Amino acid sequence: MGAKVVTVTSGKGGVGKTTTTANLGVALARMGKKVVLIDADIGLRNLDIVMGLENRIVYDMVDVIEGRCQLRQAMIKHKQFPDLFLIPAAQTRDKTAVSPTDMIQTADKLRPEFDFILIDSPAGIERGFRNAIAPADEVLIVTNPEVSAVRDADRIIGLLEANNKGPGKLILNRVKAKMIEKGEMMSADDVTDILAIKLIGIVPEDEGVIPSSNSGNPISQNENSRAGQAFRNIARRLNGEDVPFMQLNENSGIFQRIARLFSGGQSE
Amino acid sequence: MSGFFERLLGRTSSKGSGVTAKERLQFILVHDRINLPPERLQAMKAEILEVISKYVSVDSDDVDIFLEQRDRDSLIKAEIPFTGVNEKDEARNRLSHASRPEDETLDDG
Repeated sequence: MGAKVVTVTSGKGGVGKTTTTANLGVALARMGKKVVLIDADIGLRNLDIVMGLENRIVYDMVDVIEGRCQLRQAMIKHKQFPDLFLIPAAQTRDKTAVSPTDMIQTADKLRPEFDFILIDSPAGIERGFRNAIAPADEVLIVTNPEVSAVRDADRIIGLLEANNKGPGKLILNRVKAKMIEKGEMMSADDVTDILAIKLIGIVPEDEGVIPSSNSGNPISQNENSRAGQAFRNIARRLNGEDVPFMQLNENSGIFQRIARLFSGGQSE
Repeated sequence: MSGFFERLLGRTSSKGSGVTAKERLQFILVHDRINLPPERLQAMKAEILEVISKYVSVDSDDVDIFLEQRDRDSLIKAEIPFTGVNEKDEARNRLSHASRPEDETLDDG
């Protein structure tokens, strides 16, 4: 059977696809899984720097496809996890250098040796997106609780269905519990009502995410981070475990708790 | 905390922008999913109404034609109450029935 191929996509840029891919990769590796990450954003390589592997690149995905190296030579081993690898995107080429068939063939070569193959999709709905979803067994759609990101997620879900890859599962990223309590942000329930697909993760906004990218150590390695915990939970769900969603507002102050008591527990 | 005092005093707080976001998205996504923008839907409604009015009497103010969502499938629903047949309608019906044979002979010829 071999690896499960999971593509992380979103439609809109900047919602946290690369952060999600990096964190799920690390979280799965921590669970002892054999994982390979593929950066499918040809021309806008990013997964390497978020993973802290940017200085180790010799060959990339396009070198493999055009026969300049063996697949194994383009796989960069993670510094800390010996069973976690990255295949970087080419930086000086564009999306037309890779075809959906190339992606399927590459994934098929990797399947026997791994438990998970995670593909980081580029933003948009063009060739790069089609490359990224071509070999997918499962698609994760990352969105934020904002109108633009949710609308784009809906378009992606429609395209996944049209390509028999749907409906996919939703990751709601950068959720701010305080804004939801004030009624100024859509909740996870609101977004799943709108998109009508299954939720696989709710990731709270966390000021630790940017520092973790800054240093190239994905936040799922940080035991104390709420976002890190959320990504570790998603990894376990991907692995088939039944993990309850964490309460977003458990850190809220004593006054808010009393207020909630008086108001009859209106917030979640 | 202000929410707490508002609730304590029994004031109903105005709805937040989160609700607005959800409502706006639910409206536009129904149109996005079938690639029929609201303006085009209006044009379609007018045309449907025009066809129906040829046969039966309807009051356009009571007509409700709208898109609905079932999970991720879209469907169009129409509620078109017919107004009671009045003398004028009957007269018009008689007139159109009377004229039909002529039309047919014209077509055949």
